[in-house]
Amino acid sequence: MAATSYIAETLGRRTSRGFFARLRGGDEISYLITLACTVSILLIVCLIVYELWFNSQATFKTFGFSFLKSSAWDPNADKYGALPFIYGTCVTAFLGMIIAVPLGVAASIFLAEMAPPKLSNILTFLIELLAAVPSVIYGLLGIFILVPAIKAYLVPPLKSVFGFLPIFEGTFYGLSLLSAGIVLSVMVVPFIISVSREVLLAVPVEQREAALALGATKWETTWDIVLPYASTGIFGSIFLALARALGETMAVTMVVGNTPKISASLLSPGYSIAAVIANEFAEANGDLYISSLIFMALVLFGLTIVINAIARIFIMTTQKRGS
Amino acid sequence: MMMEISTSRRFINGFMLTLSGICTVLVVSVLFFILGYLLIHGATSLNWDFFTKLPKPAGETGGGMANAIVGSGKVLLLATVIGVPIGFLAGVFLAEYSGKTFAFAIRYVVDLLNGVPSIVIGIVAYALVVRPMHHFSALAGGTALGIMMIPIAVRTTEEFLRSVPVNIREGAMALGATKATTIFTVVIPAAISGLTSGMMLNLARVAGETAPLLFTALGNQYWSKGYLAPIATLPVMIYNYAISPEEDLHKQAWAAGFVLLTLVLVINVSARLIIARGPSAQRR
Repeated sequence: MAATSYIAETLGRRTSRGFFARLRGGDEISYLITLACTVSILLIVCLIVYELWFNSQATFKTFGFSFLKSSAWDPNADKYGALPFIYGTCVTAFLGMIIAVPLGVAASIFLAEMAPPKLSNILTFLIELLAAVPSVIYGLLGIFILVPAIKAYLVPPLKSVFGFLPIFEGTFYGLSLLSAGIVLSVMVVPFIISVSREVLLAVPVEQREAALALGATKWETTWDIVLPYASTGIFGSIFLALARALGETMAVTMVVGNTPKISASLLSPGYSIAAVIANEFAEANGDLYISSLIFMALVLFGLTIVINAIARIFIMTTQKRGS
Repeated sequence: MMMEISTSRRFINGFMLTLSGICTVLVVSVLFFILGYLLIHGATSLNWDFFTKLPKPAGETGGGMANAIVGSGKVLLLATVIGVPIGFLAGVFLAEYSGKTFAFAIRYVVDLLNGVPSIVIGIVAYALVVRPMHHFSALAGGTALGIMMIPIAVRTTEEFLRSVPVNIREGAMALGATKATTIFTVVIPAAISGLTSGMMLNLARVAGETAPLLFTALGNQYWSKGYLAPIATLPVMIYNYAISPEEDLHKQAWAAGFVLLTLVLVINVSARLIIARGPSAQRR
């Protein structure tokens, strides 16, 4: 009988509490194995930091921090500088956020505050599917559909109205910082929406009822009461999306133009950290070349870790306050 | 008693509510745009050769991606073998054994790991596997994707184990089962449908990853022998074909994109349906 043997085991455990006796009971083994797996995750994280650090030392020793300020990128002359890539990464990510944040926050307000629960659930489901679309698919659509569309319908009116601004200077060939920013905005919107929606739903319903009872309209309740209450969490979702936009590789690589130069115009091609790694790492030869690419990966890693760390804390504080 | 609301406030109210609705429709319509274009360009470029033939050498038209489809399967199998056990067992630890503070710290680290850009994980896999072995391999690609699977594996396991009611555990304990027996014969089976669909979502997420495979699995024009050779995968093929200048390769890229997206979305939808209907139905 199974039950009898368990009882016998438990009784046996009670009489001899030795480590090996408990080990035989299976408890200690499963504890140790699962603990080992947990600790190994910490080790993997340490390993990531170590590998990035160790493998980028050559660049750090050769160029020091001037690597980050130099815009020379000439593998033939063994001269490397990260500035054009850092610039491109930041510009595309911020451009993406400028478009994605209003869109995402508005949509999350609709899903959490206005839409009937059933409709909200269906729409949220579709938006989560959007988040599951692989980035290479976004790149594919970016190259063949979006970039021609931007060239035909978006850039001519932009140039005729805002053409005097330096950010819309020059000829537009299609692959550009602007295209990358737009693709990024589409990619990060689902993340803003799904996190912001949950944060908004965590706002206690009494807050809304009180405002409505005082005679506020639905919109005033949302804008003056619910949003300030949830603002920290919404900022968290925005930071989360920003980290994603900074690290996004494939879609950016396919539409950004891959030209390492700094230009004020959004219509000119650029480059990003992730894109240069994707393009050049497999063929990179020479220690300094590889080390420079890894150093940029380390910069990207540090940036996204810090932003993610802040975002998680923001989201946790709001959700804790809400529940 | 009704309060009078001025026309301007009423107007702003209606206007902003409509605007937020329009934004939602705009975002959701992107999904249908994606599906529509892939259906138009992808499904029409799809033929039987795509699933059965090898890629043709440069310059020739025709051919397929049979090796990339099998290659993706092999890399994903490796990723699952590497990532899921570690993530699953760590999740068991967090849900069943760990103290509160330690669990919080681990959860935080796991979330951070989840936020690391995939290209950075690719570089780490390169340094860990490709460099010591001196060549690109399916194993390196599997390692990269495996590391990427760990965070979601941990979080879903913990979440679904925690959703198993306490009285089921107490019942098992009362019958004299040890804690380990309770966990592995009672709690985990009770949560199994949620756990499986969580892992399916996890797999679907890394199935479309391209960046970490570029310099770990690399690619291959032919069938790849074993797990220690460079191997073709669907996402990398899509990328390479999409940026090539040849029209025929663009068609193949669309076809491959269609196959990949169909696969990812079918897994996603079915996993989410299982979670929504399962006994351990939860918020997520």
